[in-house]
Amino acid sequence: MKKIEFSFILKIILIFNVFSVLIPSLFLINSSFRKSGEILSNPLAVSGSLDFSNFVTVFESGNFKIYVFNSFVVTLFAEIIIVIFGLLAGYALAKFKFKLNKFIYLIFLSGLLIPAKLALVPLFIQLKNMNLLDSRLGLILVYSAGALPAAVFIFTGFIKTLPSDLDNAARIDGASEIQIFMKIMVPLIMPVTSIVGIYTAIPIWNDFLLPLVFIRDTSKMTIMQGLTVFFGEHANDWGALFAGLTLAALPLVFLYMILSKQFIRGLTNGAVKG
Amino acid sequence: MSNFARLFTYPNQAQFKVAFANNIEIFLVTFTIQTTLALIISYSIYRMKRGQRFVQVITFLPVILSLVVVAFMWKMFLDPLFGPVNTFFNKIGHENWAKPWLGDMKMALPVLILIGIWKSVGFSTIVFLAGLNGINEDYLEAARIDGATELQIFYKIMFPLLAPAFTIISILVFIGSFESFELPYVIGGVTGQPGGSTTTLALLFYRLAFGTIDAGVSDIGLSSAVGVILFVFVGIGAAAGAIFLQRREVTL
Repeated sequence: MKKIEFSFILKIILIFNVFSVLIPSLFLINSSFRKSGEILSNPLAVSGSLDFSNFVTVFESGNFKIYVFNSFVVTLFAEIIIVIFGLLAGYALAKFKFKLNKFIYLIFLSGLLIPAKLALVPLFIQLKNMNLLDSRLGLILVYSAGALPAAVFIFTGFIKTLPSDLDNAARIDGASEIQIFMKIMVPLIMPVTSIVGIYTAIPIWNDFLLPLVFIRDTSKMTIMQGLTVFFGEHANDWGALFAGLTLAALPLVFLYMILSKQFIRGLTNGAVKG
Repeated sequence: MSNFARLFTYPNQAQFKVAFANNIEIFLVTFTIQTTLALIISYSIYRMKRGQRFVQVITFLPVILSLVVVAFMWKMFLDPLFGPVNTFFNKIGHENWAKPWLGDMKMALPVLILIGIWKSVGFSTIVFLAGLNGINEDYLEAARIDGATELQIFYKIMFPLLAPAFTIISILVFIGSFESFELPYVIGGVTGQPGGSTTTLALLFYRLAFGTIDAGVSDIGLSSAVGVILFVFVGIGAAAGAIFLQRREVTL
């Protein structure tokens, strides 16, 4: 009898937990389909129909679509750099013995310890001197450099666990180093690539501080920074504000729905062993 | 060094003190509430027989959201006049529960901390859950046969074995709390409204270097002094915490 009561309490806790996430989220989506006047006069009502006019407002007015586009460009190109360079560096550090191997690995590791937030002022000055303020390229470079240590760390750790017999066998059979890398290593490394991608891409898409400091031109702003401008422009149009928030969160939430397992593994990477 | 001297004289000293105290409060409250909630939720998920996957996915959802989106969303929900939260309290006849939430000097910071917990409790939960799933079932079975209650098993066996997860969560919450920036920026603006009650060190750091740049004043030296103190404090705190907490981890 007592055991049933205990598991009942646990169920109540979980129901409460699930609702505390779902109610605000569904409320946000619901409100983005309602007219501002309706929201202000009765915030709690449920939208009767799918009225997309708020989304039209969001996309037609201001720079919202430019912000979204900029975020896509910045995240995509930073990821390309992070994955290619991280993979190549990780492969070299894990599989080849050379003089400076340990030293280079330690330099990458030390990069993990320095939070980018605190390097803001020197980065700002450096970008200014390189004429990369107010530019998407500047953001891409800073994000890539900031995420590379983590990428190298994850790739090196993973590639070290792959048995050397695989590449040695291919070497004996006369395969070139490039063939070994492309035909044997890359397919094996694919699963961990998605972890690296998710682990590094989400903070870039969601980042606010770096664009806030480096970008002033509204046509170069990313979505999270653009939201603050958007909220200033549409302060009274609550329907559009809710729609804007929904759209800003949508790409990641959509991907999360499909790849939830990789997302959870990717983001808790490092905190969870195994 | 003159920058440090300036930081510890009026009026900068007063700002620094408020921000530092706020960071301490953010850390202590977040740590206490978030860890407790995460332990309870992860244990509840662990004991579920079906639907574990679904609950995990929902619990983790706020973690992937941007802090900016979360901050704007709750700022609108908690609007004193048009926000759904106050409207709801008025509707059910508890008008005195309706509060100016983020507009009140005493309440703004605690509410801000709760919003932060709403966003990040899922992360701690998943880390604890992974720890729970890693515990060998034999220990629990042995204790059950010896007649231990479920609560005893949790306190005497599971909790000590969760120490590694506990270490990681403590340190991540510590770092996160002292680098808190986006939430206070969106909710209280760059000056930490209302009345500076939501200022944090990271916000002070940003405000001194860049926040007033449009007005032509920018005190990079003073800002860097704040940055260095923050970096050293977080570094030493995290390292000391890691050493202290790792010492109490048990090995089997």
